[in-house]
Amino acid sequence: MAKSITQEFTKGLWNEIPPFRLVLGLCPTLAVTKTVENAIGMGVAVIFVLVGSNVLVAMLRKIIPSKVRIACFIIVVATFVTVVELLMQAYTYPLFLKLGIFIPLIVVNCIPLGRAEAFAYKNGIIPSFADGLGLGIGYAMSLTVLAAIREIFGSGTFYGNQVFGPSFQPFNFMVEAPGAFVCLGLMLCVMNFIGKK
Amino acid sequence: MREMLKMIIVLTALCSFSGGLLAALRNETMEKIENQQLEFVKGPAIRDILKGSANDPIADRFKIKTGETEKSFFVGKFDGKAETVAFESTGKGFGGDIGLMIGVNIANDKIVGIGVTTHSETPGIGSRAKTDPRFAAQFKGLTLTGDFKIKNDGGQVDAISGATVTSKGVAGAVSDAAKTYLSLKPELAEKLKGFK
Repeated sequence: MAKSITQEFTKGLWNEIPPFRLVLGLCPTLAVTKTVENAIGMGVAVIFVLVGSNVLVAMLRKIIPSKVRIACFIIVVATFVTVVELLMQAYTYPLFLKLGIFIPLIVVNCIPLGRAEAFAYKNGIIPSFADGLGLGIGYAMSLTVLAAIREIFGSGTFYGNQVFGPSFQPFNFMVEAPGAFVCLGLMLCVMNFIGKK
Repeated sequence: MREMLKMIIVLTALCSFSGGLLAALRNETMEKIENQQLEFVKGPAIRDILKGSANDPIADRFKIKTGETEKSFFVGKFDGKAETVAFESTGKGFGGDIGLMIGVNIANDKIVGIGVTTHSETPGIGSRAKTDPRFAAQFKGLTLTGDFKIKNDGGQVDAISGATVTSKGVAGAVSDAAKTYLSLKPELAEKLKGFK
């Protein structure tokens, strides 16, 4: 193994940060980043699924025949997603109502499946765990930053708390779908600019 | 052949393991999920209708079988007497089914309050059936029996302007609730005795 465990972990935080560098998982990135609360909820769900599926796939990688590997990955990912969905319904129902369809949609999100195929199927349990955790946290961070920008300008709040005085006129565009696209584009632009140096 | 067999075995084992795990988890969480749904979807309407009750109406609930389905009834205690129940009924609205929570006092058959729980009506028009308390307030104190209609149809209540279909849906849900109530009243009275 060329890379150390720390490297596997930290690459997810910058070099391979999912929405900006890999440009994966954009659908929930755009849809749930209206508020920081939603973004953190989604981020935690993705971290759980990613770590769980990575570890399980790494554990089973010697048994899974390569011809049916994708099917096996999907089962693993879908299982973890359903676990998250049930737990969310049981313990954080209001959050579940807000995230709604985007929780089951983690199944078809390219991040867990992509990591299972590209990393966990070829690496041991511990590197896979680090990889899943790193990318998951990277994803959660990106969502939170994006959501913070949109929430602060779009509704003048941060995590539900007022940021500006009562005279602040919310910039509604930011919480609508086009605002998400523009904001994501600007962040990609900034990331590329910093990355080039 | 060996490879084929291996594929079948691995996939089957993985699927059954995952299926078993999820089924177990579902069983574990079912009750919690039901409570959460009651609390957040129907809870506000129930608490509004049974405002000021001495007990927790969501905790003090019971079920009665009507035909194929089970209906939940929420008990409200007032002045030490458990005589008020709230239950859900549905009516056809403009955008789909309207879920309506309706509270009734079984001592005098009078409606203590109604509240829309779930709906898919037009936001800002039909949705006022849920948000505008004046519409729901009209049902308060009426006797829960017979048909409920809006005034255009010769009934008891004013429709929400611009949302006639929704108003008819709510009235329909109340009429439906009246039927359910009349057919279940003896059973309800019996069950309520247990809450004294």
